[in-house]
Order: sequence, then structure tokens, then C-alpha cells
Amino acid sequence: MGEDVRPGTAEAAGRDDRARRRRTALTGNEAVALAMRQVEPDVVAAYPITPQTDIVQFFASFVADGRVKTEFVTVESEHSAMSAVVGASAAGARAMTATSANGLALMWEVLYIASGSRLPIVMPVVNRALSAPINIHCDHSDAMGARDSGWVQLWSEDAQEAYDNVIQAVRIAEDPRVLLPVMVCYDGFIISHALLNLEVLTDDEVKEFVGTYRPDRSLLDPDRPVTVGPLDLYDFYFEHKRQQAEAMAAAREVIPEVAAAYAALTGRSYGMMEAYRLADAEAAVVVLGSAAGTARFVVDRLRREGRKAGLLKLRVFRPFPASEMAEALGGLRAVAVMDRCDGFSAAGGPVFNEVRSALYGLDGVRPDAAGRPQGRAPNGPPLVVNVVYGLGGRDVDPEDIEAVFDLLFRRIEGEEPRGEDGAGVLSRSLRPSPNTEVHYLGVRE
Amino acid sequence: MTVREGAGWKEIPRGGLILEPGNAVAYETGDWRTFRPVWHEDRCIQCLLCWVYCPDAAIEVKDGKVTGVDYRYCKGCGICATECPDKAHALEMIREEEAGADG
Amino acid sequence: MSLKVKSLKELAAAPQWLTPGHRMCAGCGAPIAMRQLLAAAPRRVVVGCATGCLEVATTIYPYTAWRCSFIHSAFENTAATMSGVEAAYRSLRRQARVEADFVFVAVGGDGGTYDIGLQSLSGMLERGHRVVYVCYDNGAYMNTGVQRSSATPKGAATTTCPAGEASPGKRQPRKDLLAVASAHGIPYAAQAAPSHWRDLVRKAEKAFRAEGPAFLNILAPCPRGWRYDTAQTIELTRLAVETCFWPLVEVEEGRWSITFRPKKKKPLLDFLKPQGRFRHLFEGQNLKMIEEMQREVDENWRRLEALERLTAPAEGLRRSS
Repeated sequence: MGEDVRPGTAEAAGRDDRARRRRTALTGNEAVALAMRQVEPDVVAAYPITPQTDIVQFFASFVADGRVKTEFVTVESEHSAMSAVVGASAAGARAMTATSANGLALMWEVLYIASGSRLPIVMPVVNRALSAPINIHCDHSDAMGARDSGWVQLWSEDAQEAYDNVIQAVRIAEDPRVLLPVMVCYDGFIISHALLNLEVLTDDEVKEFVGTYRPDRSLLDPDRPVTVGPLDLYDFYFEHKRQQAEAMAAAREVIPEVAAAYAALTGRSYGMMEAYRLADAEAAVVVLGSAAGTARFVVDRLRREGRKAGLLKLRVFRPFPASEMAEALGGLRAVAVMDRCDGFSAAGGPVFNEVRSALYGLDGVRPDAAGRPQGRAPNGPPLVVNVVYGLGGRDVDPEDIEAVFDLLFRRIEGEEPRGEDGAGVLSRSLRPSPNTEVHYLGVRE
Repeated sequence: MTVREGAGWKEIPRGGLILEPGNAVAYETGDWRTFRPVWHEDRCIQCLLCWVYCPDAAIEVKDGKVTGVDYRYCKGCGICATECPDKAHALEMIREEEAGADG
Repeated sequence: MSLKVKSLKELAAAPQWLTPGHRMCAGCGAPIAMRQLLAAAPRRVVVGCATGCLEVATTIYPYTAWRCSFIHSAFENTAATMSGVEAAYRSLRRQARVEADFVFVAVGGDGGTYDIGLQSLSGMLERGHRVVYVCYDNGAYMNTGVQRSSATPKGAATTTCPAGEASPGKRQPRKDLLAVASAHGIPYAAQAAPSHWRDLVRKAEKAFRAEGPAFLNILAPCPRGWRYDTAQTIELTRLAVETCFWPLVEVEEGRWSITFRPKKKKPLLDFLKPQGRFRHLFEGQNLKMIEEMQREVDENWRRLEALERLTAPAEGLRRSS
């Protein structure tokens, strides 16, 4: 940011970047609003909700100042925000909205309509806990609740990644192989309201990277009218869902392609996930969002102490990179999957269940002809435990993550789960099943 | 119809889009009828009320004049016969089975 | 604004955006209303439709009865969806990425408009999107099998307000949606009936010309829900108008006008009698309910006449215009 511009203001996110790239201090919401301004969608429809509100305000000021050509629709609810961008996208416009928590929950019905109609909408989701009780702070329950809605989900560790993800999301969504909506998730307050020094592209670079959206079909094509959203019964609905499944699978190849193009432009490279010091690790944590930074710090500290710790930061939760996950974690001995959402399955959070599922079938129990174990996990798959943390904005600090690693190393040394595990920091699930170990990190007993 | 019955997922447009505007004309609703309107050209005063009140666009109009009933679509509701002015009485309902085999 | 309403001959020559081959029931009032409305469309149309009879019966995949572009997204959000379509149109026109002229129509039944879609309708009207919102009011949730809505008339029996020993059917009067819509200060709002096609087409033409949102509430009888013979659809809307159950009115820039005054106002009984949904009212103690309903119809008519006087332009203004 310009030395003369106060952070948290529209000017900070709105500064002209035609001339040159710059390093600047921006909050996550400023960075995302800046990315949206640089993408300059044809239509933005949005409704304010903490902690997303800044985005709406910044964008409104860009419109008021004539900085963008965007039609800005100040809808009367998030349900209408998502409905309006569905209409706009079907009409051939590049359309964006943004939300958090209860706003995302209110959009629920229309999320499926956006993906089912194959509309490449991009939506920053500033992660916040869901009511009740009402809480405005960070957790991942909102986006995790929408994990099966057919949206691509990119997760961000910091404001830089949130900014970079918004720009990449446009190309991922609009790729003809994909044509699915994309959520860009980042942690409420922790990322959205904290200042970070980051590098931003010039407006022209962003415009060139995303190009112009030219859909093959639109409601506003005068010569080729189209019907969108028909009644689709047992004779064709399943075929349309099969197409959608294929589109999500195609996103697995498109996301790395877009990331490679973005890396060529910026030097910042992103994969489906980031494996940090995993190659020779014995124990690792799997994390999405801002806690990845804390975990990386802890891994480095443990490594200095000679303990083989690693981190897997998940960037893409949908499509779920199951095979990459197996590749990265299969050789470890113990893994803790961190969920900033309970999921209330009574058998672990959503990330835990998907990660553990990805590791199934790697166990090498079927030896080859020579009697050698098969697969990527010759010693059997790692022990996978679940750690639910940070609900409603509860802080997670390095000591908390260290306690998680401590647990993993104790398990590796053969210690069996006990009721009083890690008392004070890690609280065991009340009724653990024999093979599912769920802990609550940082909750008071 | 470009989307044939039984088409597989690779053959059909994405997302349920229907790319042929107005292709419902290929779906004939005439077999719903139990009664049918019979139009008497000689009595018709060409007021076009039957056309404007027909739910199914089944009154055929050419160059501003009624030319008959399109039995491919007429569901036999009887609105046209009811609304045909008394002085004309150019449309009357008969049982479907009383209609000739040509209908 | 003054308009010369097209003749039926002219209307029949206009593009027919809704094709035959749709699967609305025989005698349904909704497609009649839609055909009349769309015949008045001055340009290409994009239609957005709420979930309901009209939507499901006109777009059964892989068929569509729409020759124009059409979008359905959900039940309660057709006004929001069309707000987005119209916003896209403004944006793309400004960028010269769309050249053609369009008008936009959002359609919902009374369930999708009076009830579940009221918030998104209110948002669209308040923001001033140039969309003509049309409610085809058949007075219940007909698509799911005749459940009461806030548009169901007092005294009507539906599957969720059936008449029984302890109940005379629906106890509450209809919501006055025309007043609700016009309270948004939109340029044009009106109530119409397909029996009075000339009045309906004139109102549609005004709605399409309005420099902002317009709202049309159109009576659309449902033979199954109202329980009458399919041939009587137009007769019933005519009776609804002539008994003043369904007054033909418009609100133009805040000025209320009654656009059709029956020469001799018919008793409400004439409208109720042919319909099975009111049959229980003609038995025993329910008869007094009919008197009550008649009083309400009379009171509403007096209210409309008063509104007409109250909102009439001042004498001086009238002379100068």
C-alpha cells in the first residue's frame, strides 16, 4: 500500500495498479476486493455480513467512483445474491458475489442451482462460524456445509493466497472442461482483517490472465434462445449429474494448469496441496486455512529438535485430491487431520473423514508373489487421528499444534489412547469408537 | 429433436440446457381429449375470441382469419365453444368418438 | 400514457413466444394469461419463471414450450434471478457485447409471489430493475395439489384449509398484493383478467413501456383447484370481474384508476356458485360467511373508488397535461 494510504480503506484496495506491480500491505478483504476490481466482473450482487462486509463496501466505492464497469446489485438477502448471479451468469455475464457463515447457509438452495446449471460464478467465502449460538469469528463450518454443493473450493492460508486464488478461480470456473462455480475460502478476521505485505499484479496483468468471458450459450443470444433450468426427471437428470461429476473430475487437471500459468506470471506456485517437510516425516498434521502458517512454524521448531514432523496444507478441498493425498501421506506413521468444523457425525470432522478415506487401500496387506508388501504404505497406512479446533474463533497457537504432534509421537511410540489424553489442551471425544480417535483442541473441560 | 430418447451423458448439452427453442411442438397433447371442438367456417364471424382464449394455441389463424382447430394440441377444454359468440355458434363440442376417423 | 391497443388480428400476427405442446391442464387459465401478455411484448423477451405449474409444464426436459430464452432457478427467487439477468443486460449492452433489444418478464404463481417469493419481489421492485413481474393468481398452491396460499380467498376450501364440521374453509381474506406492490412506488402496477383481454393487453403494453419495474396480477382460474368444468375458465374470470371480486384496476405513477366498471354489479354468489371450492358455503350456518364476503367485496370497491379520488391529479395539472 501506498505510504500515504490508510489500510482498511477503499483507497487501499482501489489504488491504481496499471503502471507496475507492487508490494503492499493489505488486509485479506482489501486484497480480495482489489482482485475483484482487477477482474472487473460484469455483475456483482452482494449482501453484507460480518466478516465479509468490507468487500461489499470496497466494491461499492469502486462502482461509485466509476472505477469499474460492473453492474452492482445491492440485493436484499444472500439468497437473492446467489439468485441474481445465477441469472447474470446465465445471461452471459461474468458474475461474482461474496459471503460468510449464515449468508452462505441462506444461499444453500441456490448453490446447487449454480453448479447444476454449470454457471462459472466466483465467490469469496470469508469463513465464519454458524449460528446458534451466533458467533462472528472464524471457523470452517460454513464452507464445509457446502462441500457437496458441486462448487470447486479453494482454501487460502493468507491474504496473498486469497488474492491469488480469486484470480485463478475465474479461469478455473470458466474453463470449458469445468464450467463450475468456485468458492475462494479464507479465514474470517484472521485473514480478512489482518494486514499482510503482499505482492499484487497490475490491472493489465490480471485482465490478460482472466481474459474476456465468452460463453457459448446465453439467455441474451438473440439468434439462439435457450431454456435454462427445466424440469428434468428420471430419464435425464442422472445423465446431467454424471456430466457434473465429470466436470469436477476435470477440475483436477485444470487447477494445476491454471496454477502453472499463474506461477509463470507471478513466480508463486500453488498445487492442489502443499507438502511441507513431508518426504522423510514420521508424523504430520493436515490443515486448511490460516492455521497452516502456525503449523509450518511448529514443524520447523520440531525439526530443529530432531523430530520428524511435517505438514500437509490442503489448498483444494473440492475436487478432493485423494490420490495426491495418498501419495503424500501414505509413508507416514501418524497423521492428525485438523478440522475447524465438527460436522457432528459423532465420528470425526469432514476433512478427517475424507483424508482417512483417501488412505484406505494403501495398506500393503496383500503381498506380491515374492511375499513383499505392496503399495505406497509398506508398513501399513498411517494412524489417522482427528483434531477439531478453533471453533467460533478460538485461537490456535504453536503450543496447541505442538501438543498435537506430541500426541502423534506418543502413538508412534506405542502409547494407546487413554481417556485423559493431553488433558488441558486435547480433550478426547466422550464416546470414541475403537478405531476413530477424535480430539478437541483448546476446549475447556 | 437433437436430444434423442435414451441419449447418454456425453451426447446431451450440459446442465439441462435446452438448445431448441419451442421444441415442445413435437410433443402433441391432442390425445388428452375426450371432447373436441368442431369449427363451422360458414358460421364463423372471425372475431378471433377463440384464438385469444385458447390455453393451448390450438386455434389456427392465417392472415388474421381462423382456419380451423389444430387437433395435434387441442386438449378439448371447451373454452372456445363456450366463448364463441351466441350469434355465431361456430364451435361446438362433440365426443371424441363421434368424430370421423380423419380427425 | 395513451395507447392504441392492438386488435386481435394484430396480436395473432405477433410472435407467439409460448408454443402449443406444453402440458398445462386442459382449460388452465395461466397459459391464456401468458399468451395474451406476451402477444403485447414489443421486442424479444426473456422469461424467468418461479417453480410452479407454468414452469414444470412448459419445460419438461428435453422439451421447451418457450421460443424465447427462459430461465427457472427456484421457487422464491424469480425476481432476484431476473434482477441478475437484467443487470447483466445493462452491463453487456454498455460494453456493446449485446446489441439486441430485450424486455424481461418474471412470472410466478400466487404461492411464488404472495408467499415465498415476496421478499425477492420486493427487492426487485425497490431496486428498480426494468422487469415486468407477472403473478398468475389461481389462489392456491396448485402444482403441489391445492394447498392454501395468502392469495386463497376467504371461504375457499383447499387441502390445507378444508371445510369441515369445525371449519368453513379459509378464514382469512386474501392479501392485497397490488397494494403491496404499488407501495414500492413503482411506475406501473395493475390487476387484470384474461376474460377482459383488451384491458389485459393494454396493461401489458403499459407495463412493457414503464421506465422501471412493473407488476401485473392476473387472475388465472384452475379447473382442478376451483373445481369447475374446464369450459368455464373465461366465464369465471368474467364473473370475478363483474362481481367486483377481482376489480380491474391500475396504479400508474401512484394514481389509482378502476379500468372497468361493471354496468350492473353482479352478486358475489354468481362467482362462488359454479365453484366446488365454495360449495360448503351454501350449507347451513356457513351462509352467513357469504354475506361477510359480499360485504368485504363491497368495502374493497368503495376503498378503490376512494383511492381513485384521492390520487387523481389536481385539476390544474389535468388541464395542463
